[in-house]
Amino acid sequence: MATVMQRIVKPKTQAAKRALDVRSPKLEENDKVAMFIKGGHTSETITQVLKELYLLKKPNAITFKRKNIMRPFDDQSSIEFFSQKNDSSLFLFGSHSKKRPNNLVLGRLYDHHVLDMVELGVVHFRSMQDFPTEKIAMGTKPCLVFEGEAFEQDHEHRRLKSLLIDFFRGVKANNVRLQGLEHVLQFTAIDGKVMVMSYKVLLKKSGSRTPRVELTEIGPALDLEVRRTRLASDDLYKKACKKPKKGKPRKVKNVKTDVFGAKMGRVHMERQDFSKLQTRKMKGLKRQAPSNKENAKKAKTESSEPTAEES
Amino acid sequence: MVALFPLKSVIIIIIIIMATVEDVLESVTQSQASKYKTIEVQKDIEPQLDLGNLLTVDQNPLDLKKLRGDKEAYLKSQARDNTQLLFNAIWKLPTERVEEAICVKLPETTTVLPREKPIPKAKLQTKWEQYALLKGIQKRKKGRMVWDEEAKDWRPRWGYKRANDETKDWVIEVPGNADPNEDQFEKRMKAKKERVAKNELQRLRNIARGTKSKVPGVGLTPTEKPSKEEVGLALHLAKKSTASLGKFTEKLPKEKEAKHVGKKRKFEPAIGDFKKEKEQQLNIINVMENKKPKMDITKAVNRVMTEVDQEASSDDRRKRAGKVKNRRGPPRKKGSGGFGKKGSGGFGKKGKAGKGKGAKGMGGKGKGKGKGR
Repeated sequence: MATVMQRIVKPKTQAAKRALDVRSPKLEENDKVAMFIKGGHTSETITQVLKELYLLKKPNAITFKRKNIMRPFDDQSSIEFFSQKNDSSLFLFGSHSKKRPNNLVLGRLYDHHVLDMVELGVVHFRSMQDFPTEKIAMGTKPCLVFEGEAFEQDHEHRRLKSLLIDFFRGVKANNVRLQGLEHVLQFTAIDGKVMVMSYKVLLKKSGSRTPRVELTEIGPALDLEVRRTRLASDDLYKKACKKPKKGKPRKVKNVKTDVFGAKMGRVHMERQDFSKLQTRKMKGLKRQAPSNKENAKKAKTESSEPTAEES
Repeated sequence: MVALFPLKSVIIIIIIIMATVEDVLESVTQSQASKYKTIEVQKDIEPQLDLGNLLTVDQNPLDLKKLRGDKEAYLKSQARDNTQLLFNAIWKLPTERVEEAICVKLPETTTVLPREKPIPKAKLQTKWEQYALLKGIQKRKKGRMVWDEEAKDWRPRWGYKRANDETKDWVIEVPGNADPNEDQFEKRMKAKKERVAKNELQRLRNIARGTKSKVPGVGLTPTEKPSKEEVGLALHLAKKSTASLGKFTEKLPKEKEAKHVGKKRKFEPAIGDFKKEKEQQLNIINVMENKKPKMDITKAVNRVMTEVDQEASSDDRRKRAGKVKNRRGPPRKKGSGGFGKKGSGGFGKKGKAGKGKGAKGMGGKGKGKGKGR
C-alpha cells in the first residue's frame, strides 16, 4: 500500500496516522536508528564499549536495559522483531563468553530483515575516561577516515566499511557549520584487525583562509578483530541500494528572505474584531458608550445646576 | 636656503631605500610562513573524498615499521593528514551565512549505502480516477465554508457545527407515500449506515483491485424494490443454484431463455497489438511441437526447498531430543508459488497485516520455524 490511508484498516486518530507515516517507507528516509543490545553474559569491557558507542550515536540510538539471551548468527528473528517494534535498522549486540570473548555483532537490516552482520572481537579498549581531555557535544556529525588497502580490496572489509559509514555517519546534513566540524573517527584496517580512534579537531591559523588541522585524541579507542561475517547476497544488496527516481522538490511556501538576509514568514490569520480583543485592562482608556456619556453629562449638569441655583 | 642635492644622488638614495624595504617585506613574509604550519599534504595516491558524508578513504599502504613502533602517534599523524585534505576540499565549497554562523553547503553523497526500507510503490488509481482521466474530468476543490440559510452564517461544510446538519432535525415530515407507522429517524440512520458501508466496500474493492487478487463480487444485495434486470438476474441465479447447475429445472410456459447473463467474457480487440497477436500464434506452434511436458520452475524449486527444510528440521529435532519444549506437529508446508525467494520480496502485505502476532510468536520459540512467514 502506498500511503497510510490505503491500508485495509485505516487509522482512527490523527496521532496514529502521523505515527504510521513516520514508520512508513518514504522517498527521503529518516536517519537510521541503532539498537544497543546486551547478550546473556557480558563483561565489563563490553558494557563500557556499548555505553560509549551509544553516546557517540545519540540521539539516533536506543539502548536496551535488560540482557537479551539470543544468538544473532543462529536466529535472526529476535533482532527482526526488535527492529520492527523500535523502527530501527542498525544494531550492535555485545556479549562475552569463553569461546568468543568480548564479542560485538554489528549489523543492519533492510525492510526489517537482516542484511549484513559482522562479528568483531574487542582485543583492546581504552575508554573515554582514560583520556582526560575536553570532549565534544552530543550529536556532532563526525568526519570519517578510512585507512588501509583492505577496505578496498577485500570483499568483507568493503562491506564492513559500508556498514561502519552507515552506523557512524550521523544526521544527513545539507549545510554544515564550519566551526562545528569537531569530531573525527578513524578506522584503520591492518592484518584482519580494525583500529578505531576518535579525535577532537582544533583549527589553527594558517597563512590562508583554510585552517590548519590539529587533532587530540578524546574518545574510545578500540582494537577490533574481524571474526565471523554474515553478508547479504549480491542481488539482495543491490535491491536494497536501489535509488528512487527523484520527484519534484517540494516548494516551501510563505517563507522568504529579504535583502538583509533576514528570514521572513507569512502567517495567515482569520478576521478578528479588534474591539473585542482580549488585552490588558486599562481603565482610563476605556471608551464609554455615547448614551452613557450623555447620561453622565446630564447627571453632572443637573447636579451642578441645582447647586448653582441653591447658591 | 635649501641646498639642492644633485638629482642623480637623490635617485640613487630612493633606489637603495626601495631595495631595503623589499628585503624587509620578504623577511617578514618568511617569518610569517615559518610561524604558521603548512596546510599542504603529500600523498602517493589521492584519497577519495565524499564530502556529503564527510568521508575520506585513503588507500595508501601503511608503514608497518611505524605501526609496530609508535602506533598511536603514527595513526594520529595519518588521521591529521587525511582530515586536512578533507577540510581543504570543504573550505573550497560555497558558503552562506545562516543566523550568525558561516555554513557550507555540502554536495550530494557519492557513497552508495543501502536503504532502510523499500521504495514506496506508486499510488494506484481508483476506478473513478481512471474514468475521470479517460473523460477529462477535472477535480474541483470545494471550499470549507458553506452558507447556512437557517443560521444566516457561514458554517463548515462537514464536521463540528456543520451547515444543514440533518442529525439536528427534531421534526421530520412524513412523505405522502410512506408508511405512517415507519420511524423516519430510524430510516435516516439506516440510510446513513448503508452509505457508509457502501463507501467502505468501494474503498476495499479499489485496494483489492490494486493487489491483483481475485475479489468475489457482492452478488445480489437485498433491495426493497428491485428493477427488472435485478429480478431477471435473481431468477437466473435461482435456476442455476441446484446440484446439477440448472440442467433439469423446468422452464415456465412463457419464459424466454436469457442470453448473456452472468460473467462477461472479455475479448481482445480485433485489430489490437500486432506484436502480441504474432507471439500468441507462434506460441501455439511451440506448444504443439513440444513433446516433453513443461516444468514449472517455481513449483520445482519450492518442492526442493521444502524437502531441504524438512530434513534440516528433522535433524534439529533429533539433536534436541532432550528438549521437549518446542515440540510442534509435523513440519508445516511452506506456501507454493508465491514464496519464491527467501529473505527478500513478498513480505510486505502479509507482514503488515499480521505483524503483531506473527513476529511475537516467532520471538522466543525454536530455530527453524522463524524463517517462513
